[in-house]
Amino acid sequence: MHELSLSSAVINTAVKHAEGRRVELVSLRIGRLRQVVPETLEFYFGFVARDTVCEGARLEYEIIDARLRCNPCAKEWDIEIPAFRCPTCGGSDVEIASGNEFEVESIEVEEAECIAPR
Amino acid sequence: MHRTKVKVVEEALDANNTIAQANRSDFDRAGVKVINFMSAPGAGKTTLLERVVADLPGVRVGVLEGDVQGSMDADRLASLHVPVIQLNTDPSFGGECHLDANMVRSAVPSLPLDDIDLLVIENVGNLVCPAEFKVGEDTRVMVTSVTEGEDKPLKYPLMFRACELVLVNKIDLLPHLEYDVERLLYNIDQVHPDVETILVSARTGEGIETWREWLLRLAAREGAVAAG
Repeated sequence: MHELSLSSAVINTAVKHAEGRRVELVSLRIGRLRQVVPETLEFYFGFVARDTVCEGARLEYEIIDARLRCNPCAKEWDIEIPAFRCPTCGGSDVEIASGNEFEVESIEVEEAECIAPR
Repeated sequence: MHRTKVKVVEEALDANNTIAQANRSDFDRAGVKVINFMSAPGAGKTTLLERVVADLPGVRVGVLEGDVQGSMDADRLASLHVPVIQLNTDPSFGGECHLDANMVRSAVPSLPLDDIDLLVIENVGNLVCPAEFKVGEDTRVMVTSVTEGEDKPLKYPLMFRACELVLVNKIDLLPHLEYDVERLLYNIDQVHPDVETILVSARTGEGIETWREWLLRLAAREGAVAAG
């Protein structure tokens, strides 16, 4: 659906950090709570990367499980379905410990020259 | 030639969020509270706005109307004599299925910010994508309707969690439907514990007074409110 805008956002981030260098690899962290379909993202990535320093770059991603934490009782648990009340105390003061990420973790770039000191 | 790994660790939508913050600053400077109003297509956003925008005592309302194409919704609201700006995502923005901060920024110069107190950004009808893109709003409100199914919150948790208020519309149809409102409210609470909900019918007016009062309280809030 919106993986086209998402892949544009990824490529813009990678291009910014590449600082003119050719990008070989873009590594993402994608949380299960974000609405990203990785295969669709990969599909659009190739198109959107054309005529940028990301052209031809590989895309890899790590899927991060959704883990919640109840603040009052300090319980942590992983969720498969979107249930956000604490299973122990039934409370609603629950925060997302992980699973909300959609970030460019790192990129690998080609250095044109050896950067060893003279 | 050799490879270097560059650590980035940056939210991919950071650029959008930066523009959203710029929008937010412009709205705050003008003293305008902003709602990002979202739902699936056909849930009743425009009709629920028609019911209230011209009838908020002491609060001047403006609407930024987002649609892929056409100005039908904007025309409906303009006939109520509130300032309305239409933002079409097609052709200038590639026919996007949601509004983002950049699109809203393009409309900011056309908005009469000095003449309004409350801006409603009526987003493109879509339960998925708009939840991902902040546009500079103070708060988010969504509409679900009783013709959509009680399990909607479980299917679209991000949208239901992104919003401070969920309007449940078309309740006048309940006698004709096998729809379990209590199950919907249970599912909403599972996905977004303690979120505020209002049962409404834009057609009969049931619940509209509560919706109007919610908007008046929003307009009276001090300072910026976290959009969540």
